[in-house]
Amino acid sequence: MTTAPDTYNYDPTAPADRRQSGGVTGWASRYVDERTGISYVVKEFGRKIFPDHWSFMLGEVALYSFVIILLTGTFLTFFFQASMAQVTYDGSYGPLKGLDMSAAMQSALHISFEIRGGLLIRQVHHWAALLFVASIGLHMLRIFFTGAFRKPRELNWTIGFVLFILAMAEGFTGYSLPDDLLSGNGLRIIAGMVQGIPFVGSWIEWLVFGGQFPGTAIVGRLYTLHILLLPAAVLAFIALHLVFVVTHKHTQYAGPGRTNDNVIGYPILPVYAAKAGGFFFIVFGVVMLMGAFFTINPIWTYGPYDPSPVSAGTQPDWYIGFADGALRLMPGWLGGPGGIPMEFTILNTTYSLNILIPVLVLGLFIVVVMAYPFIEAWITGDKREHHIADRPRNMPGRTAVGAAGVTFYAVLWAAASSDLIATHFMLSIESVITILQFSLFLAPVLAYFVTKRICLALQKKDRQIVLHGYESGRIVRLPGGEYIEVHEPVDEYERWKLVSFNEYEPLMIRPNAAGRIPVTERARAVVSRWFFEDRIEPVSSTELEVAHHH
Amino acid sequence: MANDDSKDLLPLDGHTTVRDPGTAVERSDALLNPGMPPHRLRVTDTDPRAARRAERVVVLLFYISLIGSIFAMTSYFAFPIKPNDLGSVRLNNVFIGLGLAFALLAIGIAAVHWAKVLMADQEGIDIRHPVHGDVQTQARAVEIFRTADRESGFNRRVLIRNGMIAAIAALPFPAIFLFRDLAPAAGTPAEAYSHTMWKAGTRLTKDPTGDPILASDVTIGSVFHVIPDGLLTAPDMLEEKGKAAVLLMRLEPGVLHVSPARKDWNYDGIVAYSKICTHVGCPVALYEQQTHHLLCPCHQSQFDITREAAVIFGPAVRPLPQLPITVDSEGYLVARSDFHEPVGPSFWERRGDYSA
Ligand code: HEM
Ligand code: FES
Repeated sequence: MTTAPDTYNYDPTAPADRRQSGGVTGWASRYVDERTGISYVVKEFGRKIFPDHWSFMLGEVALYSFVIILLTGTFLTFFFQASMAQVTYDGSYGPLKGLDMSAAMQSALHISFEIRGGLLIRQVHHWAALLFVASIGLHMLRIFFTGAFRKPRELNWTIGFVLFILAMAEGFTGYSLPDDLLSGNGLRIIAGMVQGIPFVGSWIEWLVFGGQFPGTAIVGRLYTLHILLLPAAVLAFIALHLVFVVTHKHTQYAGPGRTNDNVIGYPILPVYAAKAGGFFFIVFGVVMLMGAFFTINPIWTYGPYDPSPVSAGTQPDWYIGFADGALRLMPGWLGGPGGIPMEFTILNTTYSLNILIPVLVLGLFIVVVMAYPFIEAWITGDKREHHIADRPRNMPGRTAVGAAGVTFYAVLWAAASSDLIATHFMLSIESVITILQFSLFLAPVLAYFVTKRICLALQKKDRQIVLHGYESGRIVRLPGGEYIEVHEPVDEYERWKLVSFNEYEPLMIRPNAAGRIPVTERARAVVSRWFFEDRIEPVSSTELEVAHHH
Repeated sequence: MANDDSKDLLPLDGHTTVRDPGTAVERSDALLNPGMPPHRLRVTDTDPRAARRAERVVVLLFYISLIGSIFAMTSYFAFPIKPNDLGSVRLNNVFIGLGLAFALLAIGIAAVHWAKVLMADQEGIDIRHPVHGDVQTQARAVEIFRTADRESGFNRRVLIRNGMIAAIAALPFPAIFLFRDLAPAAGTPAEAYSHTMWKAGTRLTKDPTGDPILASDVTIGSVFHVIPDGLLTAPDMLEEKGKAAVLLMRLEPGVLHVSPARKDWNYDGIVAYSKICTHVGCPVALYEQQTHHLLCPCHQSQFDITREAAVIFGPAVRPLPQLPITVDSEGYLVARSDFHEPVGPSFWERRGDYSA
């Protein structure tokens, strides 16, 4: 392969005096280098090329929200008291005056109502947390639908997925800290679920809460997780994640000049650094605006935790919704009360399937998503490195599976608002739940088929465009009297985007050396057929020539 | 540097090669990459006036940011928080936030604009190399592991190896033991869940005031949120309340189906049920008077009070436990005993034979 002269690299053949000069920049760089040897790093990475695309910014948003979270969270720690000691509220929020609450709740109210800018920082912290999880989720979808998880990036997908889980854990522990009515109820639900695990459940709950729920220990313990253990883990995994991004170099979309062996874009210094650095301030600014104008988690309207009162229609933070939805959709009695109970006792011990099944289903879902890169690699048997991101339409099987997964998640998520859906659409809660229960199984299947059809249709359209050009919208009348629409041919750069994609055919199984076909290969053939049976080939040069002669 | 394909194709483990394409189709007549399109110049590259204008915009944005910071600091004092004045909290919040938001956004927009219109926009090319080390390096790594194995006898002296694995595997267990005292040394969860503050003769009192309830005050159709007498001063108030909270209501005569074993658990149509959901423990606090259904707001389990709180919908399986009640000599409602079964969510040690 030929390489264009690399204009970005340091030129060792330059005259010595030029290398010695360089003004203040030169002096400062040399000063630092002679004490750290860092010039090697600058040489390697300073002009590293980074491809540009809006969808590559989702991961950046996640990173920046985490930085915002660290900054604001640290401010909060200076005032927050992670203690469940009971105090009588005597702050400036009138309606709660004289009420008993924990010191944690009181300090969160103190941050909100007496510390200048405290409410702002609390709200920015919470909004940034919501954005953090959301951007990780979207980032993950981007990686999935463009196949950016393929070799050599499978491990980094797993690392990223661990980050997603850690982020949810961070969010949940943080949400529980102020010890208000809503967060207490969230903990109550978790405690109840943990209790339902066979053999060890009640003991785990007993140890975690330091005795009976709610006890006086949990906020302090969650605080240690929230500000020490989990952030350290997030930080470590982010570092690992980014090391891999640098090692693998970023994927790029197919385009003229872009190949599997190069990466085209802007150098880190200065363009990429300016854009990415600027983008950090933009994200921070937007979150700041949200903190300034939109109330989030107004704990003073919920009041302190008390096991007795509740309010209907309360919602957990959005990312916990899918788990809450799973609990709601699991019927206690299959076939209605009087049917098969989802909880029974054997030998005087209780097994609660109504809790275990949702937990196991979610666990399985998580494991499948986490293992997806390995599953797809097994199906295709493709051992090559892939650095060109797919357009989702060009992998209809994967895209359809992804759409099914997203739909499954979406139904669970909707179920967490079943009561709100019922009141909003004036349906009974029973019918909403029943509809969602059926949807949980049927909607993903439907999404699968619809998405696959759409992908194939889009691929066909791409072929049309490559072979016969764009419909220009211009109608001309031919001398013979008939009307035709003029097709504008695509230029070769545009065409390349439409024809350069990977294509797989279903696996043909052949007996191995021993003359047998192993079961795993049979299974692989079935899945492979399911994935790649319907496929559209990219336009070849032969076809293009034929089309042009018409 | 181009990567050397022939080296890449060397078999690594006998039957696969590094670049086995699997079931991918590789066709000979595929269209070819046309290469980079010609570079297009921006207005700011060709028109010095446009470049100067862009420069002024960037400078202006940085100054707007400065003003934003000053505005935020001024707001800190200009909009103080006054005691007992929520409006002042809001103003403080909005104006400090607005100043900071301007300060941040302006820096961000300035930097991005600067990069887009003024910095060099020639795209650069980096060459990718396969992630793995070259074949010699890889082979050397394998060889090092083999040598280490040979020199230590790791796979040969199996007893040593297994002993080491066993020793290391056992180490986490003492660590787990250290966590035992996360919970009090005395008692077990099953014991704690199995009884509440209710005892024979404990008065039913109103939540949250703690006033006792006269049976005659409980009219048909009314609902009371109830806690045991003495709860408000109990040392573990929240823990006890989390188990002992009760809902009390009186139903019209005739609608209540009472099983023989529970015939004296209600008092004149007044019944008391645990308020702690048998699903995962939320307070079941929504009562529909016409249907006599209790609804749990957490996951919408519904319980039918006319049929001893049997589940009629939702993820809960078990009925809410009933608190047997009667009246004392002064006419106040009191408990006949504690609940006859553990209240709240299920747990593994929960038995299957609690009487009626
Ligand atoms: C990835 C990370 C994190 C997420 C998703 C997260 C999320 C949250 C959430 C949702 C809350 C409830 C806020 C509220 O009151 O509305 C919270 C509270 C809190 N967080 Fe974080 N957090 C993260 C990291 C941190 C870090 C690193 C620190 C400290 C160094 C921190 C310190 C705090 C404190 C002190 C509170 C309680 C303050 C209050 O409730 O007013 N957090 N967090
Ligand atoms: S806690 Fe009552 S339905 Fe889940």
